[in-house]
Amino acid sequence: MSDKTIDDPQLEEVDLWVSGTEEAEWDVYSTDEGAQKMRLEETGARLTEQLGSVVTDDYDLDDIISEDERMIINMGPQHPSTHGVLRLQLELEGEMIRRSKCVIGYLHTGMEKTAETLTFLQGPTNVTRMDYLAPLHNELCYSLAVERLLDIEVPPRAEVIRILMTELNRIASHLVAMATNGMDIGALSIMTYGFRDREQILAFFEKTTGLRLNHNYIRPGGVAADLPPGWRADVTDICDTIIRRLADYEDMLKENPIWVGRTRGVGVITADECRAYGITGPTLRSAGVAWDLRKAFPYSGIENYEFEVPVGEKGDVYDRYRVRIEEIIQSVGIVRQAAAAMPKGDFRIDDRKVTPPPRHRIDESMEALIHHFKIFTEGFRVPAGETYVAIESPRGELGCYLVADGTGKPWRMHTRAPSFYNLQALPIMMADSVVADTVATIASLDPVMGDVDR
Amino acid sequence: MTEARTELRERFSEAEWSDSHGQDVVRLSREQLLEFCNAALEAGFEVLADITAVDWYRTRTPRFDVVINILSMQHRRRLRILVGVPDGDPMVPSLVPIWPGANFGEREVYDMFGVTFDGHPDLTRILMPDDWEGFPLRKDFAVGAVPVQFKASHQVN
Repeated sequence: MSDKTIDDPQLEEVDLWVSGTEEAEWDVYSTDEGAQKMRLEETGARLTEQLGSVVTDDYDLDDIISEDERMIINMGPQHPSTHGVLRLQLELEGEMIRRSKCVIGYLHTGMEKTAETLTFLQGPTNVTRMDYLAPLHNELCYSLAVERLLDIEVPPRAEVIRILMTELNRIASHLVAMATNGMDIGALSIMTYGFRDREQILAFFEKTTGLRLNHNYIRPGGVAADLPPGWRADVTDICDTIIRRLADYEDMLKENPIWVGRTRGVGVITADECRAYGITGPTLRSAGVAWDLRKAFPYSGIENYEFEVPVGEKGDVYDRYRVRIEEIIQSVGIVRQAAAAMPKGDFRIDDRKVTPPPRHRIDESMEALIHHFKIFTEGFRVPAGETYVAIESPRGELGCYLVADGTGKPWRMHTRAPSFYNLQALPIMMADSVVADTVATIASLDPVMGDVDR
Repeated sequence: MTEARTELRERFSEAEWSDSHGQDVVRLSREQLLEFCNAALEAGFEVLADITAVDWYRTRTPRFDVVINILSMQHRRRLRILVGVPDGDPMVPSLVPIWPGANFGEREVYDMFGVTFDGHPDLTRILMPDDWEGFPLRKDFAVGAVPVQFKASHQVN
């Protein structure tokens, strides 16, 4: 970039393509391009700039835009790059964003209110619809909260299945983050690749849980069903494929000058700002803080697995992309360890208060039938109390604050949505950046509006 | 690791400290809140993880509990603050000057429960439409229903 301003007399000369050349010595007869070029070089016209091989700014933003030329524009809620229905109000000075504000609530469906009308066993059906890219994390968080209030522990196999499934979900979510980040910057092929690989994981989810999204698989007391036959081959295949293809994506993006140019130094946030604004997850780690709830407050036996917490340095879009890619690799490692260590045994707790009787007992026993009916209509009672459980979702700290009053339904269920708090980072990241960087910044934050609005 | 907590505990020994399923909970009065939060920030609780509220309609007095979950990354410790708020004067001091991240959370609590935060820079509705009447997560706010067109239904004619 040149540091020339509009006051530079030399620049003013070149605001017309042929400026400085329409003098009398212009030879109208030499019409071929080569001759004109040589002519221009002789007359000292700044051809390199005019032909675009050297780019100069023709004005300096800070100098010529005055206060009263500020303009507020709305971006969204219907905008393909805002990842759902996020609306941004941007205060612009020319191309520069001076201030911005997130307007949310377009996807608000009152799920915390709904949770108060559902039994504890129906709860996961509700929370799984919040963060639709990481539904299993929502279910796990809710189930852990219910289990803590019940004071029960799930069997080892259920815990390992939970870790296996949530880490696969993390991979799927980060692949979408990479895909949409690429799409917003213009790398369309990475979008198709990211969704293709995620599809493989969703196919495994469908085989295990019956649904691609909104699984209602992790429930208080364990998981809904055991892993399907042949799961080990599927999981091994997924891990191998992801690792193999990630190497391709690294070739495509890691040192790609366009990618690096669009992401390096864009959307910067510091570690102190992250802490002040309660921003967690890959955004916090990209700023250099090795904070991961799986290490800090382990849950579901995650402390038994070996993995590292990747961190960035600068806290920009590129670092967040790197952190997510490294986390995919770490999660693949956890999935492999979980598959290798899968213990035998029950996949849900052997506590008749929480778990319905086995299917074959219902055919034989009247009491078992009544018991089954009771559990699915009235649900089980949870002793009065309150607790806050937080797990590391792909977007950061996902918390569930659960208050029970001794009945079969929660008195209050609140979800601490990571995307909701992370959105507060956007005005910081976008201040004094250009409009073109907006979509890259939003995509790197990876907000899920279902999670934000609940 | 426990120094931060013991320091706070000694300084605010008259507050109601308890243990809820292995988590530290302190119940404060509204007047103590700001002083306590400033002390907590100094003691190393640098992150406000979450702020929400509970409506104890017809079961407890005061009616609302504002629930603040704070987190100390350096000490790996969580602390939950409960503040009772009466129905007639639902107001607590805003924590935005201490933890700027309280902004969205406090707006959500205001939007859903009608609890106002004194000193908040922009206390407007965040999830519900601006012209919405009532506070949806209060217990006396009905869940609502959509009329369905079944034969026996008399809601739709």
